[in-house]
Amino acid sequence: MALTEALEETARHAAPDDAAPDAAPDQAPATPLLRVKGVTKMYGGRIGCAAVSFDLWPGEVLGIVGESGSGKSTLLGCLSGQLRPDAGEVIFDTSAQGPVDTLKLAEPQRRLLARTDWAFVHQNPRDGLRMGVSAGGNVGERLMATGARHYGRIRASAEDWLGRVEIDPTRIDDRPRQFSGGMQQRLQIARNLVSGPRLVFMDEPTGGLDVSVQARLLDLLRGLVRDMGLSAVLVTHDLAVVRLLADRLMVMKGGRVVEAGLTDQVLDDPQHAYTQLLVSSVLQV
Amino acid sequence: MIEVRNVAKDFTLHNQGGTVLRVMEGANLSVAPGECIALTGASGAGKSTLMRMIWGNYRTDHGMIRVGGTEVSGAEPRRIIALRRATLGYVSQFLRVVPRVPTLRVVAEPLLSLGVPEKRAEARAAELLTRLRIGESLLGLSPTTFSGGEQQRVNIARGFIHPYPALLLDEPTASLDAQNRETVLHLIEEAKARGAAIIGIFHDEAARERLCDRVIDVTAFTPERIG
Repeated sequence: MALTEALEETARHAAPDDAAPDAAPDQAPATPLLRVKGVTKMYGGRIGCAAVSFDLWPGEVLGIVGESGSGKSTLLGCLSGQLRPDAGEVIFDTSAQGPVDTLKLAEPQRRLLARTDWAFVHQNPRDGLRMGVSAGGNVGERLMATGARHYGRIRASAEDWLGRVEIDPTRIDDRPRQFSGGMQQRLQIARNLVSGPRLVFMDEPTGGLDVSVQARLLDLLRGLVRDMGLSAVLVTHDLAVVRLLADRLMVMKGGRVVEAGLTDQVLDDPQHAYTQLLVSSVLQV
Repeated sequence: MIEVRNVAKDFTLHNQGGTVLRVMEGANLSVAPGECIALTGASGAGKSTLMRMIWGNYRTDHGMIRVGGTEVSGAEPRRIIALRRATLGYVSQFLRVVPRVPTLRVVAEPLLSLGVPEKRAEARAAELLTRLRIGESLLGLSPTTFSGGEQQRVNIARGFIHPYPALLLDEPTASLDAQNRETVLHLIEEAKARGAAIIGIFHDEAARERLCDRVIDVTAFTPERIG
Protein backbone atom coordinates (compact mmCIF):
# COMPACT_ATOMS: atom_id res chain seq x y z
CA MET A 1 0.00 0.00 0.00
CA ALA A 2 1.74 3.11 -1.29
CA LEU A 3 0.07 5.44 1.15
CA THR A 4 1.09 3.52 4.23
CA GLU A 5 4.66 3.43 2.99
CA ALA A 6 4.61 7.13 2.34
CA LEU A 7 3.27 7.79 5.81
CA GLU A 8 5.90 5.62 7.44
CA GLU A 9 8.53 7.40 5.41
CA THR A 10 7.17 10.71 6.68
CA ALA A 11 7.17 9.49 10.24
CA ARG A 12 10.79 8.42 9.95
CA HIS A 13 11.84 11.77 8.54
CA ALA A 14 9.90 13.93 10.86
CA ALA A 15 10.27 12.26 14.21
CA PRO A 16 13.72 10.74 14.60
CA ASP A 17 13.47 10.94 18.39
CA ASP A 18 10.29 8.91 18.56
CA ALA A 19 11.99 5.81 17.24
CA ALA A 20 13.65 5.09 20.58
CA PRO A 21 11.78 6.96 23.30
CA ASP A 22 13.47 5.04 26.09
CA ALA A 23 17.01 5.53 24.87
CA ALA A 24 17.18 9.31 25.09
CA PRO A 25 13.90 10.61 26.41
CA ASP A 26 14.80 14.28 26.78
CA GLN A 27 16.72 14.55 23.53
CA ALA A 28 15.09 16.94 21.11
CA PRO A 29 15.85 16.74 17.37
CA ALA A 30 19.11 18.32 16.27
CA THR A 31 18.12 20.46 13.28
CA PRO A 32 15.16 22.81 12.96
CA LEU A 33 12.72 22.01 10.17
CA LEU A 34 12.21 25.70 9.48
CA ARG A 35 14.48 28.64 10.28
CA VAL A 36 12.96 32.05 9.79
CA LYS A 37 15.30 35.03 9.92
CA GLY A 38 14.35 38.69 9.78
CA VAL A 39 11.29 38.29 7.57
CA THR A 40 9.88 41.70 6.67
CA LYS A 41 7.03 42.61 4.35
CA MET A 42 5.95 46.18 3.65
CA TYR A 43 2.74 47.34 2.00
CA GLY A 44 3.97 50.64 0.62
CA GLY A 45 4.93 52.59 3.72
CA ARG A 46 2.90 50.36 6.04
CA ILE A 47 4.38 47.41 7.91
CA GLY A 48 2.91 44.00 7.06
CA CYS A 49 5.32 42.15 9.30
CA ALA A 50 8.76 43.23 10.46
CA ALA A 51 11.93 41.40 11.45
CA VAL A 52 10.27 38.11 12.40
CA SER A 53 12.68 35.33 13.36
CA PHE A 54 12.09 31.89 14.86
CA ASP A 55 13.06 28.24 14.56
CA LEU A 56 10.45 25.50 14.21
CA TRP A 57 11.54 22.02 15.23
CA PRO A 58 10.24 18.69 13.88
CA GLY A 59 6.98 17.67 15.54
CA GLU A 60 6.27 21.15 16.95
CA VAL A 61 3.11 23.16 16.51
CA LEU A 62 3.70 26.91 16.61
CA GLY A 63 0.68 29.12 17.20
CA ILE A 64 0.64 32.73 16.03
CA VAL A 65 -1.95 34.94 17.70
CA GLY A 66 -2.83 38.61 17.46
CA GLU A 67 -5.80 40.73 16.55
CA SER A 68 -6.89 41.47 12.98
CA GLY A 69 -4.23 43.50 11.23
CA SER A 70 -1.43 42.31 13.53
CA GLY A 71 0.42 40.79 10.58
CA LYS A 72 -0.11 37.14 11.38
CA SER A 73 -1.65 36.24 8.03
CA THR A 74 0.95 38.30 6.16
CA LEU A 75 3.65 36.35 7.98
CA LEU A 76 1.99 33.03 7.14
CA GLY A 77 1.81 34.11 3.49
CA CYS A 78 5.53 34.97 3.50
CA LEU A 79 6.49 31.65 5.10
CA SER A 80 4.40 29.54 2.75
CA GLY A 81 5.55 31.21 -0.44
CA GLN A 82 2.26 32.93 -1.21
CA LEU A 83 3.67 36.39 -0.53
CA ARG A 84 7.12 37.65 -1.34
CA PRO A 85 8.81 39.28 1.69
CA ASP A 86 11.01 42.34 1.14
CA ALA A 87 13.75 40.98 3.37
CA GLY A 88 14.69 37.90 5.33
CA GLU A 89 15.29 34.19 4.91
CA VAL A 90 12.95 31.19 5.19
CA ILE A 91 15.19 28.16 5.40
CA PHE A 92 13.37 24.85 5.15
CA ASP A 93 15.01 21.46 5.68
CA THR A 94 13.76 19.77 2.49
CA SER A 95 13.58 15.98 2.34
CA ALA A 96 15.34 16.03 -1.03
CA GLN A 97 18.20 18.51 -0.57
CA GLY A 98 18.41 19.46 3.10
CA PRO A 99 18.17 23.12 4.23
CA VAL A 100 17.26 25.54 1.43
CA ASP A 101 16.26 29.22 1.51
CA THR A 102 12.83 28.86 -0.07
CA LEU A 103 12.72 32.54 -1.00
CA LYS A 104 15.62 31.96 -3.39
CA LEU A 105 14.03 28.94 -5.06
CA ALA A 106 12.77 29.22 -8.62
CA GLU A 107 8.97 29.25 -8.86
CA PRO A 108 8.63 25.65 -10.19
CA GLN A 109 10.76 24.31 -7.34
CA ARG A 110 8.73 26.23 -4.79
CA ARG A 111 5.53 24.86 -6.27
CA LEU A 112 6.91 21.36 -6.04
CA LEU A 113 7.69 21.99 -2.38
CA ALA A 114 4.16 23.26 -1.84
CA ARG A 115 2.81 19.98 -3.23
CA THR A 116 5.18 17.62 -1.43
CA ASP A 117 6.76 18.70 1.86
CA TRP A 118 4.25 21.47 2.59
CA ALA A 119 0.52 21.76 2.98
CA PHE A 120 -1.74 24.76 3.47
CA VAL A 121 -5.10 24.59 5.24
CA HIS A 122 -7.18 27.71 4.52
CA GLN A 123 -9.80 29.17 6.80
CA ASN A 124 -12.35 28.95 4.04
CA PRO A 125 -12.38 25.42 2.64
CA ARG A 126 -13.45 26.83 -0.74
CA ASP A 127 -9.98 28.36 -1.06
CA GLY A 128 -8.31 25.01 -0.58
CA LEU A 129 -10.71 22.68 -2.40
CA ARG A 130 -11.79 22.34 -5.99
CA MET A 131 -15.51 22.72 -5.63
CA GLY A 132 -16.37 21.20 -9.00
CA VAL A 133 -14.42 17.99 -8.39
CA SER A 134 -15.61 15.00 -6.33
CA ALA A 135 -14.34 14.43 -2.78
CA GLY A 136 -12.25 11.52 -3.99
CA GLY A 137 -10.87 13.63 -6.82
CA ASN A 138 -9.92 16.38 -4.40
CA VAL A 139 -7.92 13.97 -2.28
CA GLY A 140 -6.47 12.05 -5.22
CA GLU A 141 -5.35 15.15 -7.08
CA ARG A 142 -2.43 15.84 -4.78
CA LEU A 143 -1.26 12.26 -5.12
CA MET A 144 -1.40 12.53 -8.91
CA ALA A 145 0.47 15.82 -8.75
CA THR A 146 3.29 14.02 -7.00
CA GLY A 147 3.44 11.23 -9.56
CA ALA A 148 0.86 8.59 -8.53
CA ARG A 149 -0.77 7.05 -11.62
CA HIS A 150 -2.48 3.83 -10.53
CA TYR A 151 -6.20 4.66 -10.40
CA GLY A 152 -7.15 1.87 -7.98
CA ARG A 153 -4.44 2.82 -5.53
CA ILE A 154 -5.27 6.50 -5.67
CA ARG A 155 -8.94 5.73 -5.02
CA ALA A 156 -8.02 3.42 -2.15
CA SER A 157 -5.84 6.14 -0.60
CA ALA A 158 -8.63 8.65 -1.02
CA GLU A 159 -11.09 6.28 0.69
CA ASP A 160 -8.64 5.66 3.50
CA TRP A 161 -8.19 9.40 4.07
CA LEU A 162 -11.90 10.15 3.97
CA GLY A 163 -12.24 7.58 6.75
CA ARG A 164 -9.47 9.16 8.78
CA VAL A 165 -11.13 12.55 8.68
CA GLU A 166 -14.44 10.88 9.51
CA ILE A 167 -16.19 11.37 6.19
CA ASP A 168 -18.28 8.38 5.16
CA PRO A 169 -16.32 6.80 2.26
CA THR A 170 -19.59 6.16 0.40
CA ARG A 171 -19.61 9.92 -0.27
CA ILE A 172 -16.39 9.69 -2.26
CA ASP A 173 -18.15 10.69 -5.50
CA ASP A 174 -20.06 13.62 -3.99
CA ARG A 175 -18.86 17.17 -4.61
CA PRO A 176 -17.69 19.36 -1.71
CA ARG A 177 -20.66 21.64 -2.40
CA GLN A 178 -22.92 18.91 -1.00
CA PHE A 179 -20.95 18.80 2.28
CA SER A 180 -21.47 20.82 5.46
CA GLY A 181 -18.85 23.43 6.43
CA GLY A 182 -17.21 21.10 8.95
CA MET A 183 -17.04 18.27 6.42
CA GLN A 184 -15.56 20.59 3.81
CA GLN A 185 -12.87 21.59 6.29
CA ARG A 186 -12.10 17.94 7.04
CA LEU A 187 -11.97 17.22 3.33
CA GLN A 188 -9.51 20.07 2.87
CA ILE A 189 -7.34 18.54 5.59
CA ALA A 190 -7.46 15.11 3.92
CA ARG A 191 -6.54 16.66 0.56
CA ASN A 192 -3.57 18.36 2.17
CA LEU A 193 -2.24 15.51 4.27
CA VAL A 194 -2.64 12.63 1.81
CA SER A 195 0.78 13.24 0.28
CA GLY A 196 2.53 13.05 3.67
CA PRO A 197 3.75 16.64 4.08
CA ARG A 198 6.16 17.52 6.89
CA LEU A 199 5.03 21.08 7.48
CA VAL A 200 1.45 22.31 7.50
CA PHE A 201 0.46 25.97 7.43
CA MET A 202 -2.98 26.58 8.91
CA ASP A 203 -4.90 29.84 8.71
CA GLU A 204 -7.74 29.87 11.26
CA PRO A 205 -8.57 26.20 10.52
CA THR A 206 -11.43 26.12 13.01
CA GLY A 207 -12.71 29.63 12.30
CA GLY A 208 -16.25 29.85 11.02
CA LEU A 209 -17.22 26.43 12.39
CA ASP A 210 -19.70 25.62 15.13
CA VAL A 211 -17.95 25.01 18.45
CA SER A 212 -19.07 21.39 18.50
CA VAL A 213 -17.49 20.83 15.08
CA GLN A 214 -14.39 22.77 16.17
CA ALA A 215 -13.72 20.37 19.03
CA ARG A 216 -13.85 17.38 16.74
CA LEU A 217 -11.56 19.04 14.23
CA LEU A 218 -9.09 20.00 16.97
CA ASP A 219 -8.93 16.42 18.14
CA LEU A 220 -8.44 15.22 14.58
CA LEU A 221 -5.62 17.70 13.94
CA ARG A 222 -3.91 16.80 17.20
CA GLY A 223 -4.00 13.11 16.39
CA LEU A 224 -2.67 13.66 12.87
CA VAL A 225 0.13 15.91 14.08
CA ARG A 226 1.16 13.30 16.64
CA ASP A 227 0.83 10.22 14.45
CA MET A 228 2.51 11.71 11.38
CA GLY A 229 5.16 13.65 13.32
CA LEU A 230 4.02 16.80 11.52
CA SER A 231 5.15 20.31 12.29
CA ALA A 232 2.64 23.08 11.91
CA VAL A 233 2.36 26.84 11.92
CA LEU A 234 -1.13 27.77 13.07
CA VAL A 235 -2.53 31.27 12.76
CA THR A 236 -5.60 32.01 14.85
CA HIS A 237 -7.10 34.64 17.10
CA ASP A 238 -8.58 32.00 19.37
CA LEU A 239 -6.50 31.52 22.53
CA ALA A 240 -8.42 28.38 23.52
CA VAL A 241 -7.45 26.76 20.21
CA VAL A 242 -3.75 27.49 20.65
CA ARG A 243 -3.82 26.31 24.25
CA LEU A 244 -5.04 22.90 23.08
CA LEU A 245 -3.11 22.62 19.83
CA ALA A 246 0.13 24.61 19.94
CA ASP A 247 3.35 23.75 21.79
CA ARG A 248 4.72 27.23 21.31
CA LEU A 249 3.19 30.62 20.82
CA MET A 250 4.11 33.91 19.17
CA VAL A 251 2.07 37.01 19.92
CA MET A 252 2.03 39.66 17.16
CA LYS A 253 1.04 43.29 17.26
CA GLY A 254 1.55 45.91 14.57
CA GLY A 255 3.52 43.47 12.42
CA ARG A 256 6.03 42.62 15.13
CA VAL A 257 6.43 39.70 17.50
CA VAL A 258 5.95 41.14 20.99
CA GLU A 259 6.24 37.90 22.92
CA ALA A 260 7.14 34.28 22.18
CA GLY A 261 7.57 31.14 24.22
CA LEU A 262 6.02 27.95 25.49
CA THR A 263 2.24 28.23 24.97
CA ASP A 264 1.17 27.79 28.58
CA GLN A 265 3.93 30.12 29.78
CA VAL A 266 2.82 32.92 27.45
CA LEU A 267 -0.84 32.43 28.44
CA ASP A 268 -0.36 31.84 32.20
CA ASP A 269 2.50 34.28 32.84
CA PRO A 270 2.38 36.85 30.02
CA GLN A 271 5.22 39.35 30.15
CA HIS A 272 4.27 41.96 27.57
CA ALA A 273 1.56 44.54 28.20
CA TYR A 274 -0.29 43.57 25.03
CA THR A 275 -0.26 39.85 25.85
CA GLN A 276 -1.54 40.60 29.35
CA LEU A 277 -4.38 42.58 27.82
CA LEU A 278 -5.13 39.83 25.30
CA VAL A 279 -5.20 37.09 27.95
CA SER A 280 -7.27 39.11 30.40
CA SER A 281 -9.81 39.94 27.70
CA VAL A 282 -10.89 36.35 27.09
CA LEU A 283 -14.43 35.64 28.16
CA GLN A 284 -14.72 32.69 30.52
CA VAL A 285 -17.40 30.13 29.79
CA MET B 1 16.35 15.19 40.75
CA ILE B 2 14.56 18.52 41.32
CA GLU B 3 16.59 21.52 42.40
CA VAL B 4 15.52 25.08 43.12
CA ARG B 5 18.32 27.57 43.83
CA ASN B 6 17.82 31.11 45.05
CA VAL B 7 14.70 31.67 43.01
CA ALA B 8 12.70 34.91 43.07
CA LYS B 9 9.54 35.80 41.21
CA ASP B 10 8.13 39.16 40.14
CA PHE B 11 4.87 39.85 38.37
CA THR B 12 4.68 43.07 36.36
CA LEU B 13 1.09 44.22 35.90
CA HIS B 14 1.35 46.40 32.80
CA ASN B 15 -2.34 47.15 32.72
CA GLN B 16 -2.37 48.31 36.31
CA GLY B 17 0.14 51.09 36.04
CA GLY B 18 3.12 48.79 35.62
CA THR B 19 3.02 47.67 39.25
CA VAL B 20 5.77 45.18 40.02
CA LEU B 21 4.83 42.60 42.63
CA ARG B 22 7.60 40.54 44.14
CA VAL B 23 5.90 37.38 45.37
CA MET B 24 8.85 35.15 46.11
CA GLU B 25 12.45 35.51 47.14
CA GLY B 26 15.31 33.21 48.12
CA ALA B 27 13.47 29.97 47.37
CA ASN B 28 15.70 26.92 47.77
CA LEU B 29 14.88 23.24 47.80
CA SER B 30 16.07 19.97 46.41
CA VAL B 31 14.31 16.65 46.06
CA ALA B 32 16.16 13.37 45.63
CA PRO B 33 14.85 10.34 43.69
CA GLY B 34 12.40 8.39 45.88
CA GLU B 35 11.74 11.39 48.08
CA CYS B 36 8.42 13.17 48.56
CA ILE B 37 8.26 16.70 49.92
CA ALA B 38 5.22 18.79 50.79
CA LEU B 39 4.91 22.51 50.19
CA THR B 40 2.95 24.21 52.94
CA GLY B 41 1.95 27.75 53.81
CA ALA B 42 -1.23 29.77 53.89
CA SER B 43 -3.07 30.26 50.65
CA GLY B 44 -1.39 33.01 48.67
CA ALA B 45 2.01 32.18 50.18
CA GLY B 46 3.31 30.91 46.83
CA LYS B 47 2.96 27.11 46.84
CA SER B 48 1.32 27.01 43.42
CA THR B 49 3.60 29.73 42.06
CA LEU B 50 6.66 27.68 42.93
CA MET B 51 5.13 24.56 41.46
CA ARG B 52 4.26 26.37 38.23
CA MET B 53 7.79 27.69 37.96
CA ILE B 54 9.10 24.12 38.18
CA TRP B 55 6.53 23.02 35.57
CA GLY B 56 7.65 25.93 33.40
CA ASN B 57 4.37 27.75 32.78
CA TYR B 58 5.57 30.53 35.08
CA ARG B 59 8.83 32.05 33.98
CA THR B 60 11.86 31.99 36.27
CA ASP B 61 13.74 35.27 35.86
CA HIS B 62 15.88 35.07 38.97
CA GLY B 63 17.70 31.99 40.20
CA MET B 64 17.89 28.47 38.83
CA ILE B 65 15.51 25.52 38.58
CA ARG B 66 16.68 22.15 37.35
CA VAL B 67 14.74 18.91 36.80
CA GLY B 68 16.88 15.90 35.90
CA GLY B 69 19.30 17.05 33.22
CA THR B 70 17.21 20.03 32.14
CA GLU B 71 17.62 23.54 33.44
CA VAL B 72 14.04 24.76 33.36
CA SER B 73 14.91 28.39 34.04
CA GLY B 74 15.82 29.95 30.71
CA ALA B 75 15.23 26.72 28.75
CA GLU B 76 14.08 26.85 25.13
CA PRO B 77 10.46 25.77 24.80
CA ARG B 78 11.37 22.52 23.06
CA ARG B 79 13.54 21.46 26.01
CA ILE B 80 10.59 21.92 28.33
CA ILE B 81 8.30 20.08 25.91
CA ALA B 82 10.73 17.16 25.87
CA LEU B 83 11.08 17.30 29.67
CA ARG B 84 7.31 17.15 30.14
CA ARG B 85 6.94 14.33 27.65
CA ALA B 86 9.26 11.89 29.34
CA THR B 87 10.53 13.12 32.70
CA LEU B 88 8.24 15.51 34.54
CA GLY B 89 4.60 14.70 35.27
CA TYR B 90 2.02 17.09 36.70
CA VAL B 91 -1.33 16.40 38.32
CA SER B 92 -3.10 19.74 38.41
CA GLN B 93 -6.44 20.53 39.99
CA PHE B 94 -7.92 21.42 36.63
CA LEU B 95 -8.67 19.15 33.73
CA ARG B 96 -7.89 20.83 30.42
CA VAL B 97 -8.76 18.68 27.42
CA VAL B 98 -10.16 18.90 23.92
CA PRO B 99 -13.92 18.60 24.40
CA ARG B 100 -15.59 15.41 23.18
CA VAL B 101 -12.43 13.29 23.31
CA PRO B 102 -13.17 10.01 25.15
CA THR B 103 -11.66 9.57 28.62
CA LEU B 104 -9.70 6.51 27.56
CA ARG B 105 -7.91 8.57 24.89
CA VAL B 106 -7.35 11.52 27.22
CA VAL B 107 -5.55 9.23 29.66
CA ALA B 108 -3.65 7.27 26.99
CA GLU B 109 -2.34 10.42 25.33
CA PRO B 110 0.90 10.87 27.32
CA LEU B 111 1.92 7.36 26.26
CA LEU B 112 0.91 7.94 22.63
CA SER B 113 3.11 11.02 22.50
CA LEU B 114 6.00 8.84 23.70
CA GLY B 115 5.41 6.55 20.74
CA VAL B 116 3.72 3.69 22.62
CA PRO B 117 1.38 1.78 20.24
CA GLU B 118 -2.29 2.73 20.59
CA LYS B 119 -3.51 -0.67 21.81
CA ARG B 120 -0.94 -0.88 24.55
CA ALA B 121 -1.47 2.72 25.62
CA GLU B 122 -5.24 2.29 25.79
CA ALA B 123 -4.98 -1.01 27.64
CA ARG B 124 -2.76 0.66 30.23
CA ALA B 125 -5.17 3.60 30.48
CA ALA B 126 -8.15 1.25 31.00
CA GLU B 127 -6.28 -0.63 33.71
CA LEU B 128 -5.40 2.54 35.60
CA LEU B 129 -8.90 4.00 35.25
CA THR B 130 -10.42 0.77 36.53
CA ARG B 131 -8.12 0.92 39.51
CA LEU B 132 -9.35 4.47 40.12
CA ARG B 133 -12.96 3.23 39.88
CA ILE B 134 -13.92 5.07 36.71
CA GLY B 135 -16.57 2.67 35.39
CA GLU B 136 -16.17 1.04 32.02
CA SER B 137 -19.28 2.78 30.76
CA LEU B 138 -17.55 6.15 31.23
CA LEU B 139 -14.39 5.35 29.26
CA GLY B 140 -15.94 6.25 25.94
CA LEU B 141 -17.31 9.58 27.17
CA SER B 142 -15.56 12.92 27.42
CA PRO B 143 -14.40 13.72 30.99
CA THR B 144 -15.68 17.30 30.59
CA THR B 145 -19.12 16.03 31.65
CA PHE B 146 -17.82 14.21 34.77
CA SER B 147 -18.15 15.20 38.42
CA GLY B 148 -15.27 17.01 40.12
CA GLY B 149 -14.01 13.86 41.82
CA GLU B 150 -14.15 11.87 38.59
CA GLN B 151 -12.29 14.58 36.68
CA GLN B 152 -9.65 14.60 39.36
CA ARG B 153 -9.15 10.86 39.03
CA VAL B 154 -8.82 11.25 35.25
CA ASN B 155 -6.10 13.84 35.90
CA ILE B 156 -4.39 11.47 38.30
CA ALA B 157 -4.52 8.64 35.76
CA ARG B 158 -2.87 10.93 33.18
CA GLY B 159 -0.14 11.80 35.65
CA PHE B 160 0.60 8.21 36.62
CA ILE B 161 0.25 6.40 33.29
CA HIS B 162 3.92 6.98 32.50
CA PRO B 163 6.55 6.34 35.21
CA TYR B 164 7.79 9.95 35.28
CA PRO B 165 11.02 10.27 37.29
CA ALA B 166 9.72 13.57 38.72
CA LEU B 167 6.15 14.43 39.71
CA LEU B 168 4.30 17.55 40.78
CA LEU B 169 1.02 16.93 42.61
CA ASP B 170 -1.39 19.77 43.31
CA GLU B 171 -3.91 18.57 45.92
CA PRO B 172 -4.19 15.05 44.47
CA THR B 173 -6.66 13.84 47.12
CA ALA B 174 -8.76 17.00 47.48
CA SER B 175 -12.21 15.88 46.35
CA LEU B 176 -11.95 12.11 46.71
CA ASP B 177 -13.90 9.71 48.90
CA ALA B 178 -12.04 7.46 51.34
CA GLN B 179 -11.70 4.51 48.99
CA ASN B 180 -10.37 6.53 46.06
CA ARG B 181 -8.15 8.55 48.35
CA GLU B 182 -6.58 5.28 49.50
CA THR B 183 -5.98 4.21 45.89
CA VAL B 184 -4.30 7.52 45.07
CA LEU B 185 -2.10 7.32 48.17
CA HIS B 186 -1.05 3.85 47.02
CA LEU B 187 -0.20 5.16 43.56
CA ILE B 188 1.95 7.87 45.09
CA GLU B 189 3.68 5.34 47.37
CA GLU B 190 4.38 3.12 44.38
CA ALA B 191 5.86 6.07 42.48
CA LYS B 192 8.10 6.84 45.47
CA ALA B 193 9.16 3.21 45.69
CA ARG B 194 10.22 3.17 42.03
CA GLY B 195 12.35 6.26 42.68
CA ALA B 196 10.23 9.20 41.59
CA ALA B 197 11.07 12.59 43.11
CA ILE B 198 7.77 14.14 44.19
CA ILE B 199 6.69 17.63 45.21
CA GLY B 200 3.14 17.93 46.45
CA ILE B 201 0.65 20.39 47.87
CA PHE B 202 -1.58 18.51 50.33
CA HIS B 203 -4.21 20.15 52.46
CA ASP B 204 -5.01 16.61 53.55
CA GLU B 205 -2.75 16.47 56.63
CA ALA B 206 -3.00 12.72 57.15
CA ALA B 207 -1.90 12.16 53.54
CA ARG B 208 1.00 14.55 54.03
CA GLU B 209 2.08 12.71 57.21
CA ARG B 210 1.95 9.36 55.50
CA LEU B 211 3.71 10.29 52.22
CA CYS B 212 6.12 13.09 52.82
CA ASP B 213 9.69 12.84 54.02
CA ARG B 214 9.98 16.59 54.54
CA VAL B 215 7.78 19.63 54.70
CA ILE B 216 8.85 22.98 53.25
CA ASP B 217 6.94 26.04 54.38
CA VAL B 218 7.03 28.49 51.49
CA THR B 219 6.26 31.37 53.89
CA ALA B 220 10.05 31.42 54.32
CA PHE B 221 10.28 32.50 50.66
CA THR B 222 7.69 35.26 50.94
CA PRO B 223 9.32 38.68 50.77
CA GLU B 224 8.58 41.08 53.60
CA ARG B 225 6.05 43.55 52.36
CA ILE B 226 6.68 47.20 53.04
CA GLY B 227 3.58 49.19 54.00
